[in-house]
Amino acid sequence: MTSDRMVFDYLLRLADSDLVLAQRLGEWVGHGPVLEEDIALTNVGLDLLGQARLWFAYAGEVEARFAGAGRSEDALAFSRDGGEFRNLLLVEQPNGNYADTMARQFYFDVWHQLLLVKLAHSRDARIAEIAAKAEKEVVYHAERSADWIIRLGDGTDESHMRIQAAIDDLWMYTGEMFDPDETETMLAEEGIGCDVRTLAPAWREAVGSVLDEATLTLPSGTWMQRGGKHGVHTEHLGQMLATMQWMQRAHPGAQW
Amino acid sequence: MVEAVSSLDARTARHGLDAVRRVLATIPDPEIPVISIVDLGIVRGVEWQDDEALITVTPTYSGCPATEVIMADIGRALTQAGFAKHRVKIRLAPAWTTDWITAEARARLTEFGIAPPGAGSVATARVIDTTALHRGVVRAAVPCPRCGSTHTRELSRFGSTPCKAQYRCEDCLEPFDYFKPH
Repeated sequence: MTSDRMVFDYLLRLADSDLVLAQRLGEWVGHGPVLEEDIALTNVGLDLLGQARLWFAYAGEVEARFAGAGRSEDALAFSRDGGEFRNLLLVEQPNGNYADTMARQFYFDVWHQLLLVKLAHSRDARIAEIAAKAEKEVVYHAERSADWIIRLGDGTDESHMRIQAAIDDLWMYTGEMFDPDETETMLAEEGIGCDVRTLAPAWREAVGSVLDEATLTLPSGTWMQRGGKHGVHTEHLGQMLATMQWMQRAHPGAQW
Repeated sequence: MVEAVSSLDARTARHGLDAVRRVLATIPDPEIPVISIVDLGIVRGVEWQDDEALITVTPTYSGCPATEVIMADIGRALTQAGFAKHRVKIRLAPAWTTDWITAEARARLTEFGIAPPGAGSVATARVIDTTALHRGVVRAAVPCPRCGSTHTRELSRFGSTPCKAQYRCEDCLEPFDYFKPH
C-alpha cells in the first residue's frame, strides 16, 4: 500500500529536479553567449520553476495529510538542507561551458518529456494535470536542446570536441533516471507514478539518433552514479543551495 | 409563485454574469495589452456560487510571471465594478492551448506586430518522435505580420515572454515575435 508519505517524497523528486535545474539555468542570466541564448536559457528555467512550484504546492497539501500541516512552496525550496533534496544528480552539475550546459539539458529534457507523457495518465488526477501541462512546455525544451547537440557536434572541430567531452562526462549521471527505488516501484504499481525502467529504450533511441546526426558517439560506460533520490548528492548541490537559499537563511520568512 | 420568483432570480443572476464577463473582457493581458484575458482564452468559467462570482482561470505557461498580475487585475477590476464578492479559482486541466485565442484577437495580434499562433502544428510536435527528435517536426512558414511574406526565419525558439519565439522576415528584414502554438 502506498502512503501519503511516499507520494510526498515522489513529488519532491519531481519538484527538486525542476527547481535545481531552473536555478542552474538562472546562473546564466547576463552570461549567455548571445542575447537570444541568454533569453532562451532563462525561459526554459522559468518554465521549470513554474513546474516546480506546481509540484511543491501539491507536495505541501499531501504533507498536510500525514504531518498535520504542510510546508509552503517557499519553505520547501529555501529551508531544506542538501540531504533533504531529492533531485537527480545530473541537474545539480555545474554549468561549465556551453556544451556542458546543453549536454546536461539534452539528457534531462528527453527523459523529462518521456516521463511527463506517462505521468499525464497517472491515477492521481492532480499529478496527471500538472504533467499534461508541463509536457507541452518541455516539448520545446527537448527540441531546442537536440538542435544544439547537432549544431555543436556537427560544427567546428573545437565544438565537436567539447560537446563529446560533455556528453561523456555527464553520462555517469544518466543511470539514475532509469533506476527505480521501492517508492517509485510501488507508486508505479498503483498507477500513480511511472516505472522509469520503461523509459530507457525510448530515451536511448532518441538520444542515440540525435548524437548520430550530430556525428557524436553515444557513451558505452555502464558504471553509474546514484544517490539523488535519497539525498546523497555531489558536492555541487550544497554550494548551489548556499547561493540560492542565503536570503531566507539570513532573514527567515522575509517577503519580497 | 415560487417558480416566478426563482426564474426572476435566474434572470438577475444571468444579467449579473453578463456584467462580470464584460468587466473581464476589459482587462488587458499585462504583457500583450492589445488583447484581453478573455481573448487569450484563459477565462474558462464565470458562475455564481453561493452569492459570489466564481471565475475559473487556466494559466498559460507554468512559470509565466503574468499569471499573478492577471489574478490581481481580476480582483481589482471586479471590486471597482461593484462585484466585491468574488473568487478566482485556478484550473489546470485541460491545459491551456493557443487554440483558445479568439479569431478577432489573432487579427489584433497581427496588427500589433506579433504573428499569431498557427493552428495544428503542436499536435505533430507533441508526439515524441524517438527515432528523430530533431527532424520530427515540419513547421509551416510563419507569415511576417508586417509585410505578409512567408519568407521568414526563426532566430530563437524563445523570446520576450514564455509564449513567444523570435523571428525575422527575410524580405522586409524586420524582426518580429511569433506567438508559439501551444
